[in-house]
Amino acid sequence: MTQTSQRPLRVLAAMSGGVDSAVAAARAAEAGHDVTGVHLALSANPQSFRTGARGCCTIEDSRDARRAADVIGIPFYVWDLAERFREDVVDDFVAEYEAGRTPNPCLRCNEKIKFAALLDKALALGFDAVCTGHYATVVVNEDGTREMHRASDMAKDQSYVLGVLDEKQLAHAMFPLGDTLTTKDEIRAEAERRGLAVAKKPDSHDICFIADGDTQGFLAGRLGGPAEGDILDESGTKVGTHEGAFGFTIGQRKGLRIGHPAPDGKPRYVLDISPVNNTVTVGPVEALDVTALTALRPRWCGTAPAGPGTYTAQLRAHGGETEVTAELVDGTLHVTFAEPVRGVAPGQAVVLYDGTRVVGSATIATTARRGEPAAAGR
Amino acid sequence: MAYLDHAATTPMLPEAIAAMTAQLAVTGNASSLHAAGRRARRTVEESRETLADALGARPSEVVLTSGGTEADNLAVKGLYWARRDADPRRTRVLASPVEHHAVLDAVDWLAEHEGATVEYLPVDRYGRVHPDALREAVARDPDDVALITVMWANNEIGTIMPVHELAEVAREFDVPMHADAVQAFGQLEVDFAHSGLAAMTVSAHKIGGPFGIGALLLGRDYAPVPVLHGGGQERHVRSGTLDVPAVASFAVAGRLAAEGREEFAREIGGLRDELADAVLRAVPDALLGGDPAPGGRLPANAHFTFPGCEGDSLLLLLDAQGIECSTGSACTAGIAQPSHVLLATGTDPDLARGTLRFSLGHTSTRQDVEDLARAIGPAVTRARTAGLT
Repeated sequence: MTQTSQRPLRVLAAMSGGVDSAVAAARAAEAGHDVTGVHLALSANPQSFRTGARGCCTIEDSRDARRAADVIGIPFYVWDLAERFREDVVDDFVAEYEAGRTPNPCLRCNEKIKFAALLDKALALGFDAVCTGHYATVVVNEDGTREMHRASDMAKDQSYVLGVLDEKQLAHAMFPLGDTLTTKDEIRAEAERRGLAVAKKPDSHDICFIADGDTQGFLAGRLGGPAEGDILDESGTKVGTHEGAFGFTIGQRKGLRIGHPAPDGKPRYVLDISPVNNTVTVGPVEALDVTALTALRPRWCGTAPAGPGTYTAQLRAHGGETEVTAELVDGTLHVTFAEPVRGVAPGQAVVLYDGTRVVGSATIATTARRGEPAAAGR
Repeated sequence: MAYLDHAATTPMLPEAIAAMTAQLAVTGNASSLHAAGRRARRTVEESRETLADALGARPSEVVLTSGGTEADNLAVKGLYWARRDADPRRTRVLASPVEHHAVLDAVDWLAEHEGATVEYLPVDRYGRVHPDALREAVARDPDDVALITVMWANNEIGTIMPVHELAEVAREFDVPMHADAVQAFGQLEVDFAHSGLAAMTVSAHKIGGPFGIGALLLGRDYAPVPVLHGGGQERHVRSGTLDVPAVASFAVAGRLAAEGREEFAREIGGLRDELADAVLRAVPDALLGGDPAPGGRLPANAHFTFPGCEGDSLLLLLDAQGIECSTGSACTAGIAQPSHVLLATGTDPDLARGTLRFSLGHTSTRQDVEDLARAIGPAVTRARTAGLT
């Protein structure tokens, strides 16, 4: 089992302008591959310079990426994928929120942009692989099949946001950062050593197309102004008002602004979002306990498992692992938790692992609380 | 390696490098009164005379600038302000839609900030402004025209404008006309006095001189409002300490460009024809841009549209084989935009994305053409597979 192929490949390195993708491109070049850098222009109107939170669509990011490519000594281009990004990621993001779900746009971007639109064009132009700065490990088996595993450093593992890749996409993916136990400080030190000016650049955290970090404001702009609605308790009694159901996430506690305390005096959490009625249901933390879920659009990294199986599951980026049994029935993934879990949000992905190996992923559609069957759940 | 992007910049001539490096070791501000200043001033003024001679102008008509962009800005903004100050009715600017961005964006800025009304003159499918179209536009109201600006030859598709006839129309109505001659100088006969222009832009680094120096040829009757205010150098039109080494080097390159022009046009024009034939043989459905008539285009320019290709993809594929060229169009944040020149000529926007400009220069060889001839066919086939994303 080896991570990197011995044969030099023609590699297209996606360079966001951040430190990870710059070091990844540098490592790929150093490994002897013929590397070309490309920055994806994903915003139709790139801001001149970044404002507020870190994005990845600014002219400054593009310049940082170009500067890094110059230092590494590789050709560099900017490709305009703004239209594809808007259709496949931004519009999908808005539609998901509108439907009361909580999407993860990074997964969608990896599935539809980096390892689809970008990869397709790269392959057509004669490249063998797309390289990114993600922290995940690709293992090539003796028979040539590939597996994706969690990064060596679990704290930085990003296999969750890559869980949507199928084996075909994985066959052309290269993650030079994933198989080394390096802390972020060490990556920065490596960037410094390589003369990359992005060594000290802050990490990006937020959704790249919402530069100021104001997701609520962004959604309000897309879905019309805030529409006031009711906040209900589990019995259906009105306990407060909100300014638009689409901004809430299951398990959210802050920002509810419920005037009077609950009968038991304990904090309340978002249990359910109903965009159709524009209502948000809240309740005690115990009511967040989920025992099972169903998920749609399964994607398998390899062959789909036949019959029920035992896995560990991850339910959100940076989330922990939990023991599950899962079975695919008529295209819907049914997942049952060994122990109840809290704060499972429809729209997020459930990624299944066998040890460190990514088995597949699906988009959470419904969840079942104690005593409910998942399919009939919320 | 085949460098086919001389219209972007061309290698410095050895003589120009020698002139520049010799001056770099000499102290003296050309505005100073002492001996060192006098020595610098003498170098500048001799250089100015050389440039004037090369361009058919009087020495006092050579206003040195930091390059083509500054000269264009000075001509367009400065003449607009001066003309409007003299008569507030003069707010109409007549411009070709195929200008370089240094003119186009300056003109648009006047419209956005200085109350100008910009009228883009119609062009034919080769991007050429016809004298009758200019006459019609001016004659509609000769009193409100501030200036006319039409480039001598187009930097993307190479089409040559009928500058003399256009300037004649301008003179008939007593309206100043400016021409950006950055690409024309060294390739075409550029005689300022004979042209009838009020102002004309040239740049050093396109003719084998250094970066960062150019000139606005400016008729003595014209006093544009300065863009740069300061010490009053260059007829009080363009302040700033002169870059003596660059001026000296520019003069040498200018003299050689004028002296060698006919031979350059003949030899490089021949090589360009070979290049165009080779590309069309390898890619029969490629479309030659600009005026196909030999006298209608710059001798060093070959511009093609490759249907079904993205220019960017071709650039990447050729670059990977050491062939350096340009898509010809400007970028916004590194993203290729469909060329405004092609769109102005009525080219379909999808077609306009698949362009490449090959431009030859004094170091070009037959080997460059052969390298391109070998690479272009497979590159186009591959780029078509990638398609238009």
